[in-house]
Amino acid sequence: MTYASSNTQESRVTQSGEIFFDDVSKTFESEGVPAVDGVSLQVPAGDLVVFLGPSGSGKTTLLKMVNRLYEPSKGKIWIGNEDIQGLPINDLRRQIGYVIQQVGLFPHMTVQKNISVVPRLLDWDKGHIQTRVEMLLDLTGLPDSYLERYPNQLSGGEQQRVGLARALAADPDILLMDEPFAALDAINRERLQKELLRLHCKLNKTILFVTHDVEEALLLADKIAVLREGKLVQYDTPIALVTRPKNSFIEELVGTDNILRRLSLVSIKSVIKAQARESSRKMTHTQKHDNVPTIDLEGDLRSALSLLLSSGSDYLRVVDSSGKEQGQIGMKDLKEMLASNQLVEKNKCDELSD
Amino acid sequence: MSYLINNLDLVGKLFLQHLQLTLIVLFFALIIGIPLGVALARIKWLQGPVMGVLGVIYTIPSLSLFVLLIPVFGLGTTPAVVALTAYAQLLLVRNWLVGLTSINPAVLEAARGMGMSGWQRFWQVEFPLALPMLLVGVRLVVLSSIGIGTIAAFINAGGLGVLLFEGVITANYNKIFSGAVAVTVLSLTANYGIRTIERRAERSIHGAQVNH
Repeated sequence: MTYASSNTQESRVTQSGEIFFDDVSKTFESEGVPAVDGVSLQVPAGDLVVFLGPSGSGKTTLLKMVNRLYEPSKGKIWIGNEDIQGLPINDLRRQIGYVIQQVGLFPHMTVQKNISVVPRLLDWDKGHIQTRVEMLLDLTGLPDSYLERYPNQLSGGEQQRVGLARALAADPDILLMDEPFAALDAINRERLQKELLRLHCKLNKTILFVTHDVEEALLLADKIAVLREGKLVQYDTPIALVTRPKNSFIEELVGTDNILRRLSLVSIKSVIKAQARESSRKMTHTQKHDNVPTIDLEGDLRSALSLLLSSGSDYLRVVDSSGKEQGQIGMKDLKEMLASNQLVEKNKCDELSD
Repeated sequence: MSYLINNLDLVGKLFLQHLQLTLIVLFFALIIGIPLGVALARIKWLQGPVMGVLGVIYTIPSLSLFVLLIPVFGLGTTPAVVALTAYAQLLLVRNWLVGLTSINPAVLEAARGMGMSGWQRFWQVEFPLALPMLLVGVRLVVLSSIGIGTIAAFINAGGLGVLLFEGVITANYNKIFSGAVAVTVLSLTANYGIRTIERRAERSIHGAQVNH
């Protein structure tokens, strides 16, 4: 089953997933201080960028200016080479997926009708819509039997899956997500975060994701834009935010001192690769091999530390998905990794490749 | 009872007249009330003043409003329709407005964010979701118009009120009884019919799970 849809490209008002905020400000009439204050940032096509900040930091306002639910008071927003201010507003919105915290499914429409709203607005033919809806249901992990259900017959997690399918319906280049998992319970939230990562790696959409949850931001983001009182404080990769925070606000927000958090951002694979580069390195561990616990190559250093401590072993055997040993990792490697500050970020898509 | 059986033609004719008056009132009430409700839902500061005026109109006793309208519209159906339509606005607009304003804002935001035009948002989202409350308003309008419509016979608008007024003047209790029975039948039937449609509309907005 292919994801891309065929008959839509020619009617699009933008052709790119690249977004550029050029000195964007927004002041609401009812408030004196600007909600967004001179934000400039570039989002490369296909990246998942998280807007992170406490409430009132302007992250949602910034997001809603992309599909023009708010218009900037100053500055411009570009998608590819198009100034979005110059585009027909509803055409623009129909090719930007939009997911919100409260989901906002249409209660009087079945799942099938909810998902197909935008394709129907775009006058796709019926057969095409039908195959598209079934594909999206499959993609978001819902059974076909849900097609004729109504939103109130679904759980919160299932509703947000339908919300995600609805946003992806017309195959947009850009997806806007406004705290989409904040209202879910912890189990469902984690599950949907993983699925979003999987979808992002598979579909290569530009995703702008608003959250106030630091863990969520570090887990999902290619890059994080930290906002405070409407201003962009730092725009960097998760690992750079944690290891090189610009000021004490970021330090406190992301928990630079939190060693476990730093370890969780590094994959075991990157340590093994680094070891392989140092050709002089010898295996020094002498423990009898059979008793050594194994850990998956795709895990992160936090889980390695946890296993080292709980097993009492001096080192772990690192194995790939087929069970073949790829190397060894010990407490010394973790210490070196933290001390060097040369942390190599784990590749999210590698991790999810199976 | 014998009066009713012997004069079935006349009672039937007046019954249809009464029904016709009610439907004409409903028609004009909807034509005015639906856009008015939508306007009030959009322009919030208008709600207080407009609902206030409609409330004041509603408190004018029907007989005096009919009589007040005679110099402008003369005798007959016209002043009756005007007066009943004016009363209907409070019942219709109040319920329709509740329906429109109680739609989950997240649903409307999603509709906007997905690129529905104002017209599409209204017909595909707002109207179906507020329809059950509109139908509550319709039912109240129909019932009150049937009731107050009997008094319209006083200004020559016809309808089942004719039997009541004539019965009172000639002290013919059979006639009064026949008129009363006919009005009751009309009211109960209308109530049952619209209630059925209301339930169906409610079910459709809550999905298949809700049962009444």
